[in-house]
Amino acid sequence: MKKILLWGGLLLLLVVLGVGLYRSQQGQVGVGEPAPDFELQSFSGETYRIADYQGNVVVVNFWASWCESCKPEARDLEAAYQSYRARGDVLFLGVDYVDTEPEALEYLEEFQITYPNGPDLRTEISQAFRIRGVPETFVIDKNGQIAHLQIGPFQSLDHILSVIDPLLD
Amino acid sequence: MKRMSRVFLGLISLLVLMLALTGSVLAQGSDPTDDDVNAVASQLYCPVCENIPLDACGTAACEQWRGIIREKLAEGWTEDQIKDYFVAQYGDRVLAEPPRQGFNWLVYLVPALALIGGVVLLGLGFQKWRQAAVERKPADPSRKAKESSEPSDDYIRKVEEELKERSRSSK
Repeated sequence: MKKILLWGGLLLLLVVLGVGLYRSQQGQVGVGEPAPDFELQSFSGETYRIADYQGNVVVVNFWASWCESCKPEARDLEAAYQSYRARGDVLFLGVDYVDTEPEALEYLEEFQITYPNGPDLRTEISQAFRIRGVPETFVIDKNGQIAHLQIGPFQSLDHILSVIDPLLD
Repeated sequence: MKRMSRVFLGLISLLVLMLALTGSVLAQGSDPTDDDVNAVASQLYCPVCENIPLDACGTAACEQWRGIIREKLAEGWTEDQIKDYFVAQYGDRVLAEPPRQGFNWLVYLVPALALIGGVVLLGLGFQKWRQAAVERKPADPSRKAKESSEPSDDYIRKVEEELKERSRSSK
């Protein structure tokens, strides 16, 4: 009996450690996988639930005001948002990762970003997407699957358009 | 004379009241020192810089966090209120000590259980080794020799009888 308890406890401990190790070694949610469902409350108070946007292309951009490499793509993302805005089937969401609100709002103002942005409360969204850093952008197709994963900043506006356009045909 | 002392007492009371009020205003308006900020920051970890406490981290993100702590302290927030704010914003993982609930209990229980289990296992192991050593121990040769040199009970009895007989015959 003692031996069973001892070995059972040891096995349980190993399973817990193994699961933890496996999860820490997993990369981001990959292309072709279903996008995790999440809810984002924007800085202006609106709530966006990704499940409500099935049939739309959704661009989820993780950023932070302290992130220097997020800055080069900030204006391009806004320009891309503006170019699809009239169509109404492309949603841009900015997820502000581990940031402080005053600096985040300053950042949005500096780069004149108008698409919805909100804090990643309790880092739940970034954990669901298993991001490794910022900036990272996930482009979700109309079926709710990850169609493109951009690690690091987009190189240009054309780069962003070249990723989204094929998903709209 | 009585009137004078009443006025004097009134003035003293007013002065004490003014000093007390000034004191409280100064306390509320005083800026928190770096030590005050670091006392709270040392209990927090920023997810961006893993394994570096907030008070020792030099990244821009951590600097911003320390700024928030300073602001909250200046507003009169307590340590616990500030920690709760950071947990609400960034999750439990910012805490140096995970809250004692749910799966977090593993963090506290596993090391203690492992230690106790280790001590028990060692104890059992030592006990087994001791038993095995005792069983394997050969009989003490010097004792055997001593036993063999000792006269048997029969022999002693015979000697004693003989001695008694001699003493009787000599009488």
